[in-house]
Amino acid sequence: MRKLANRFYMGLVFLFLYIPIFVLIANSFNASKSRTVWTGFTFDWYRKLFHNETILKSLLNTLIIALIASVLATLLGTLAAIGIYNMKKFTRNLVINITYLPIINPEIVTGVSLMLLFVALKIELGYVTLILAHVTFCVPYVILNVLPKLRQMDNNLYEAALDLGCTPPMAFRKVVIPEIMPGIMTGFLMSITYSIDDFVISYFTHGATSQTLPITIFSMTRRKVSPEVNALSALLFVAILVIMIIMNVSEMRKLPSDQRRRAAKAEKKGGRA
Amino acid sequence: MDKNKIIELKGISKAFNGEQVLKSVDLDIHDKEFVTFLGPSGCGKTTTLRIIGGFVTPDSGEVLFNGKKVNHVPPYKRPVNTVFQKYALFPHLNVYENVAFGLRLKKMKETEIAAKVAEMLDLVNLRGYEKRSVTLLSGGQQQRVAIARALCNEPKVLLLDEPLGALDLQLRKEMQIELKKIQQRLEITFIYVTHDQEEALTMSDTVVVMNGGEIQQIGTPQDIYNEPINAFVAKFIGESNILPGIMHEDYKVEFAGDNFVCVDKGFRPLEPVDVVIRPEDITICPPSDTVINGLVESVIFKGVHYEIMVRAYSDLWKIHSTKAPEVGSVVGIDFTPEDIHIMRKMENSEDYAALDHLNGEEAGTID
Ligand SMILES: Nc1ncnc2c1ncn2[C@@H]1O[C@H](COP(=O)(O)OP(=O)(O)OP(=O)(O)O)[C@@H](O)[C@H]1O
Ligand SMILES: [Mg+2]
Repeated sequence: MRKLANRFYMGLVFLFLYIPIFVLIANSFNASKSRTVWTGFTFDWYRKLFHNETILKSLLNTLIIALIASVLATLLGTLAAIGIYNMKKFTRNLVINITYLPIINPEIVTGVSLMLLFVALKIELGYVTLILAHVTFCVPYVILNVLPKLRQMDNNLYEAALDLGCTPPMAFRKVVIPEIMPGIMTGFLMSITYSIDDFVISYFTHGATSQTLPITIFSMTRRKVSPEVNALSALLFVAILVIMIIMNVSEMRKLPSDQRRRAAKAEKKGGRA
Repeated sequence: MDKNKIIELKGISKAFNGEQVLKSVDLDIHDKEFVTFLGPSGCGKTTTLRIIGGFVTPDSGEVLFNGKKVNHVPPYKRPVNTVFQKYALFPHLNVYENVAFGLRLKKMKETEIAAKVAEMLDLVNLRGYEKRSVTLLSGGQQQRVAIARALCNEPKVLLLDEPLGALDLQLRKEMQIELKKIQQRLEITFIYVTHDQEEALTMSDTVVVMNGGEIQQIGTPQDIYNEPINAFVAKFIGESNILPGIMHEDYKVEFAGDNFVCVDKGFRPLEPVDVVIRPEDITICPPSDTVINGLVESVIFKGVHYEIMVRAYSDLWKIHSTKAPEVGSVVGIDFTPEDIHIMRKMENSEDYAALDHLNGEEAGTID
C-alpha cells in the first residue's frame, strides 16, 4: 500500500515536471495557431521553421559558438585542472573555490559584468565576446570533471612512463591524457550543452549579427508566441535528451568494467599466475 | 662476485618540508649484486630508491653511475628501470602494449618488438596473456607484467620497491624464488626494498639495514644476522635478548648480575655496552651455580619451537626450545661465549625510540 502511494507520488512529481514540455510538443503539431484548441495534426510549423532565415542563422551561430567555446574551454580547463592538481594543498583549495564562483554566481551578474568589461576594453560585442563569455562559464565545468579523474589516477603512472624512457611531455600525452580522457569528454559535452542552453549571459554579450538561438526565440516570443517556436523548442528538447542518453549510456558501459576491476582485486588474494 | 662499482651514493641528504629524511647516506652498489634495503616504515628506503631512479634530487651529496655524477640526469636518461609498489601498469593498454611501451619509445621495428615482448613474457611465465586487459589480471599477474615491462628496456639496474608487498604469503614465497632466478639469469643488479627481514635474508647478496634516514649496517645476510653492529640491527633482524652490560676488559663482560667470558675485544675499559643473545642460542638446563637461574613465566607453542619466557632477577629472557619446561619451575639459562654478541651503545636516542617501537611488549629487560 505504502509502495503504491510512493509510486503515485513519484508519478505526480514527474507529471508536474514534464507536462509543460509535452504540451509544447503537442502544440508544435497543432494545426491551429491558438494554443488552446486542437484543430488537427500538422508538420507545417516544422516546415516553416526550416524556412525561417533568422532562426536558421541563429541556430548556426549557436552551434558554431558552442563548438568553438567548448573546444577552448576544454583545452583551458584541462590544463587548469592539471595545474590545480599539482598545487600545494592550501593554494589548491583556494583556487578550486574561486573556480566554483562563476557557477554559484547569478548568471545575470556574470552577464552584466562581462558586458561592462568588454565595453570598457572597447571590444565590439559580437562573436568574439560571445565566445569569450561562453568559455568563461564553461571552464569550471571542465575543471570539475577533470580534477576527480586526476585524483583517481595512480600517481606512479606518470613516473612509470618517465622511467620507461618518456620525456615529460611524452609521458603526459601517452599516459596522463588517456587516463583522464573520460573526464575531458564529459567536460566537453557539458560545455556544449551549457553553451547551447545559455540565454542570460549571451543576452548581455551578443552583438546585432551574432544572436544565438535562445535570444532569437526570446525576441520572437516578445511579440506573440509563434508555433514555429514550439517546433524549435521541441527539437531542442529532443536534441538535449539524446545527448543526455548518450552520456548516461557511456557512463553505464564503463560501470561493468569498473566492477570487473574490483572483482579482479578481490580475487587477487586467491589468484595465481 | 664482480666487484665493479656500478652505483655510488656519497653523503646523500634529503629533507622534505624541513624533516630530515636521509642523513648523509654512503653506499656502493656493485655489478650483478642483489642489494636489499631493509628497515622500518618511514626510514627512507623508498626515498633512497627514488634518488637512484632520478625521481628525487638529493639536497646534498653525489649520485654516481659508473663513476659519473648523475644528480640532475632525468629518469628517462638513466640506465635503470623501476618496478613500482602498486605496479603502475597503464590501464588503457593491454599486456602486450604495456610490456612494449619502452620499446616503442625507442622506435624499434615491429618484428623486433614482438620478439622481445615474447621473450619477456616467457621469462615471467605470462605467455598467452598478450591481449588481456591489465585491469583484469590478478595481483600476481600484474606484478609479473610490471617486471616484464621494466626488464624489456634491458636496464643495468632494476629497482624494486616492495614488489611483493600486496601478495599473499604463498605467492610471495614463489615470487621471491622466481625473482632471484631472473636476476641470476639476466646477470643484472637488483636493488630491492622491503621491510620483511626474512625476505631480505633469503634473497640478497647484500643487506643494507636502515633506520631514521641512516644506514645502520651493510653486509651479507650472514654478517647481518650473526654480527649485528648494534641493538637496533639485532632486534630488527630477528628476535633477541638485549641486556645492558659493562665491558671490563677484552673478552670479559658483566651483565645480568654476573661476569661472563666472551669473544669480543677492543672496547674501552668499563665501557657500557649492549649484550645481545639470540633466543635460539640459549639452552635450558637444570638449575645450577654455573648458569643464570630463573622462573619460567610462560610457555607458548609457536609451531617449530616453544617460546619460553624466563624471569631471572629483573631480566626477562626469551628462549626458543623444542622442549617445554613447566610453567612455574626453576630452570638454568645456558649459552656459550660465542653466543654473546657485544655492541656499542647507540648514541642516538632516536634509535632507541625506534627500538622500543619494534620491541613492543617483549622487552629484553625490565628495569
Ligand atoms: N614527496 C614527499 N614529500 C614529503 N614527505 C615525504 C615525501 N616522500 C617521503 N616523505 C617522507 O619521508 C619519510 C621517509 O619516507 P620513505 O617513503 O622513504 O620511507 P620508507 O622507508 O620507504 O617507508 P615505507 O616502508 O613505509 O614505504 C617519511 O616520513 C615520509 O613521510
Ligand atoms: Mg616505501
